[in-house]
Amino acid sequence: MQLTNRKVVVSNKVQSFAERLYLPAIAKGMIITASHLFKKSPTINYPEEKRPIAPVYRGLHVLKLDENGAERCTSCGMCAVACPAEAITMTSGERKKGEENLYREEKYAATYEINMLRCIFCGLCEEACPKEAIFLTDRLVDVEFERNDFIYGKDKLVEKVNERIDVTPRQTPEVLEFKKIPGLKHNELFDPKKLNKGHH
Amino acid sequence: MIHLLIYKAVICVAVFLLALGVAAYATLWERKFAAFLQDRKGPNRAGKWGLLQPLADGGKMFMKEEIIPNVSNRSLFILGPSLFMVTAVMTSAVIPWGKPLMFHGKLYDLQITDINIGVIYLLGVVSIGVYGIMIGGWASNNKFALLGAVRASSQMISYEIAMGIALIALIISSGGSLSLKDIIEGQDKGVCNFVWQPLGFLIFFICALAETNRAPFDLPECETELVGGYHTEYSSMKLGLFLFAEYINMFISSAIMAGFYFGGYNFPFAHELYEAFGWAEGSFAISLFGFGVYFIKIFLFICLFMWIRWTLPRFRYDQLMNLGWKTLLPLSLFNLALTVVVEYFRGTIHF
Repeated sequence: MQLTNRKVVVSNKVQSFAERLYLPAIAKGMIITASHLFKKSPTINYPEEKRPIAPVYRGLHVLKLDENGAERCTSCGMCAVACPAEAITMTSGERKKGEENLYREEKYAATYEINMLRCIFCGLCEEACPKEAIFLTDRLVDVEFERNDFIYGKDKLVEKVNERIDVTPRQTPEVLEFKKIPGLKHNELFDPKKLNKGHH
Repeated sequence: MIHLLIYKAVICVAVFLLALGVAAYATLWERKFAAFLQDRKGPNRAGKWGLLQPLADGGKMFMKEEIIPNVSNRSLFILGPSLFMVTAVMTSAVIPWGKPLMFHGKLYDLQITDINIGVIYLLGVVSIGVYGIMIGGWASNNKFALLGAVRASSQMISYEIAMGIALIALIISSGGSLSLKDIIEGQDKGVCNFVWQPLGFLIFFICALAETNRAPFDLPECETELVGGYHTEYSSMKLGLFLFAEYINMFISSAIMAGFYFGGYNFPFAHELYEAFGWAEGSFAISLFGFGVYFIKIFLFICLFMWIRWTLPRFRYDQLMNLGWKTLLPLSLFNLALTVVVEYFRGTIHF
């Protein structure tokens, strides 16, 4: 008698002699593993070899110095405002007489901190910066033992005078084109005489 | 007399160092080979290609905290790994490593001792080896360790019978001598024993896998069921001895298989080659060359052991027992009967 048609016949297949011997199956498996001897390992020996990264890769930040070795950042806070993760904090300082070789303009960042655990490396700070002071580089954030050590201050962010970091790959043709727009030459020093000559 | 003592001392130390060195680098090669089979690189940080890795591993083992459980039987706990290690090294005593070497007009065997019951000695010492595991597992006073030890001993008993019967067939077809030197020298001219004992070799090989507790027969130490098996409670260098002795066992059983079934230091057209080079009997070149050939064979067997380990999953316990008692034992008896018939018609044995 059959009440439903959901009956399933359970397979009670008896192993054949070849299957009971195991040896053919073992040989098959051994050939599969042996074939991997001749395959290329996808591993990259990390510190010596590095995986190729895109020219616009967004890694650790750098605070750039200008051609004279003075800090470009004027502590305007645009980056902190733009930052979606609220990773950037800074305090401003006023340039004293005799510090012209240290800071490009009268106002500078006395402290400048990025919390690398908050940062999402979106690059909006770089985009917001009117002074071409902050850039994302191809470097990686170091490994630390303490959470506090991930708050990078100026000591880690400002590039060294003798170890300049090349950020030209970050300046894509689009960025260079953008800079050509009159009035957006934010790279120039402030000059009151030019104040009304912009076109925008 | 003094010459004999010096010769024995030198060869003892040499074979001991050889066994330890090969075992140490077998651990590295195991990891490398596993890595190659799994599309990885393996250890490559300690020295070039990771060649200093065994030293680093040994150093690590020595530095680790040594724990002897309060509830364990202290003396037996220490005796276990020692016994396992000692028996592992002892088996290397009867293996001839190369052609005799002529020195000051006298021929010296490259073998610690050529006893006329070599095969029985081997089987005996290998069986004592499991006492190390049993004592270690029992003295740990731990359920997992005890289960591992019980598994090891029952596995050893089950597979030793098939192994012994396979060896009887080998001895019949190789001329009836129990001396390892005679068995290997018998393959000097003509063909290696494998040609007459293919089934015997297969049985012996499977049993050797089981006797050395290598995968797929590594039930005594299977970490999925028994934590660490018989060495659950062991730490530091005592654990190191257990692991290390396993590699020595693997090396020795590879040497035995290469010697018993594949001619050891003999190879096809050996005499023609020696004549072509003009090497005299007992010369250093012949011994070294033979030793090199033997070593290549051993290396291939070690690779085979590792290849199997990284391919096959572990047996279930009932499968292990079924294979041992219901398959290998009848198969080895059949092989023995077949050998007797074949050898009777070949004319090597008479009734």
